[in-house]
Amino acid sequence: MNKVPNRQAICEVLMEQAKEDKDIVVLCSDSRGSASLAPFAKEFPGQFVEAGIAEQNLVSIGAGLAKCGKKVFAASPASFVSARSYEQAKVDCAYSDTNVTLVGISGGVSYGALGMSHHSAQDIAAMSAIPNMRVYLPSDRFQTACLVRELLKDGKPAYIRVGRNPVEDIYTEDDCPFVMDRATVAAEGEDALIVACGEMVRPSVDAAALLKEQGISAAVLDMYCVKPLDKEGLLKAAQKAGAVVTVEEHAPFGGLGSMVSQVVGASCPKKVVNLALPDAPVITGTSREVFDYYGLNAEGIAQAVKEALR
Amino acid sequence: MENLKALSYDLRKNVVDMIMEGKGGHIGGDMSVIDILVTLYFKVMNISPENQDDPGRDLFVMSKGHCVEALYAVLAAKGFFPIGEVIEKFSRFGSQYIGHPNNKLPGIEMNSGSLGHGLPVSVGMALAGKMDKRDYRVYTVMGDGELAEGSVWEGAMAAAHYKLDNLCATVDRNRLQISGNTEDVMAHGDLHEKFRSFGWHVIDVKDGNDICQLTAAYEEAKAVKGKPAVVIANTVKGCGSAVMEDKAAWHHKVPTAEEYEQIIKDFAERKEALSNE
Repeated sequence: MNKVPNRQAICEVLMEQAKEDKDIVVLCSDSRGSASLAPFAKEFPGQFVEAGIAEQNLVSIGAGLAKCGKKVFAASPASFVSARSYEQAKVDCAYSDTNVTLVGISGGVSYGALGMSHHSAQDIAAMSAIPNMRVYLPSDRFQTACLVRELLKDGKPAYIRVGRNPVEDIYTEDDCPFVMDRATVAAEGEDALIVACGEMVRPSVDAAALLKEQGISAAVLDMYCVKPLDKEGLLKAAQKAGAVVTVEEHAPFGGLGSMVSQVVGASCPKKVVNLALPDAPVITGTSREVFDYYGLNAEGIAQAVKEALR
Repeated sequence: MENLKALSYDLRKNVVDMIMEGKGGHIGGDMSVIDILVTLYFKVMNISPENQDDPGRDLFVMSKGHCVEALYAVLAAKGFFPIGEVIEKFSRFGSQYIGHPNNKLPGIEMNSGSLGHGLPVSVGMALAGKMDKRDYRVYTVMGDGELAEGSVWEGAMAAAHYKLDNLCATVDRNRLQISGNTEDVMAHGDLHEKFRSFGWHVIDVKDGNDICQLTAAYEEAKAVKGKPAVVIANTVKGCGSAVMEDKAAWHHKVPTAEEYEQIIKDFAERKEALSNE
């Protein structure tokens, strides 16, 4: 069982790169512990800025730093950085086109028992609607590391969402196929296509394994790049599938499912079923309990695929 | 200094012409802030078209972005773009000279328009200056109505926390906002004490439309060590013509032909009066 959460993978890459690159600056809003960025703050105090419990400040200060040549990573719980500082993300990052990567930590229902104030089930929709804002939900620690390395190479704004808890590895250190803004085929299959992002990739891969035992071959597309959505990769995979099932830790509107439905509907119409959290305050519990309750687990996804193929 | 005072009346006319052509604009605030901008761009800041890409240049953020017409007039006078083009294209379909600052234009660092962003963004710029040990200074201008935005005070807290003596904010204290008097809409109370209690050095400018007084204030701000400085400039909204002065209705208004004539006449008379001072 992997014990490294994706947020820690982000910190490790930033620390490795910050040794060489003094322009990397990390900001937190009293969130260095929950973002796993305390080691960065300790080792690179000159490249770390504490913004206090003030997410608007966090994002605007980050944009100001970026305007002066800094490569900014601003980390705060996804529920806050995608909502409280939404306008700063829109105006100071996207509109002013500053090199700021917003890192939404403990995304989705990671803070399951803390209730709706701490859930971020709207962040994909909100952030994707901003022109010049990219949205990434990496699935495991290896993919997260690849993504952060790529983001450090470009000068554009982006939003990353990661969960709080470690997720089971999908890839390995030596075998993590990654091309920027291209979805990764996490499992091959012909009969159906499962498109997932973030923490939902693992149960989707497990669902494909369950289906295989039952004679159904399902492909899994790891759409870590929710925006820009990899349309080419999606259509290629959807072409041969009997049905498409999308899976996301997000509200049912405006997220991965909506975007996949748009593309498939326009270019190769077929049945698309969206699995997501409900349009209601989410039940409280651990992430696992919440996922199980809403069928966002291997069994639920496999069942949805079978029904979609019927 | 007399030349700059004269210039500010010429630029006022450019602003009014822009607003007539574009059929809209925040004319009252333009008139209150323009002397602040003339002072900053012509007396205080190290910024020009020649050094606009130099990482050592001073940085300016127009937090009260709706008064972009005044900024356009001043940037044009500095040579960033031709004033004729601005007047002709302001607010037109597809124009780059839109109703709020946008950084696709030369001389504009950050986009603004939504209030309460300029100060925290300036904090980031000033922090970068400290990190890189550069001696540039960062300037931002806010409206007084804007101070009701909570993010202003997040930025104010951070600027003092990080001892950003390379940051100087200005409050264009014209005491009017779109709905009326600032003290009726959302009282500022003791504004000086508010900033002081946040850890700022506060400089009051009795006449915020007086370029001499403003210049002295910015000189004082430059000498402050270990804390950020704020210049509270007591201005007159609509300053330059009795047609507009101190009238909330002129927050956003296009003059009629008669009003235009009178306003231009008033500018000319006041400019003329300078030579008799």
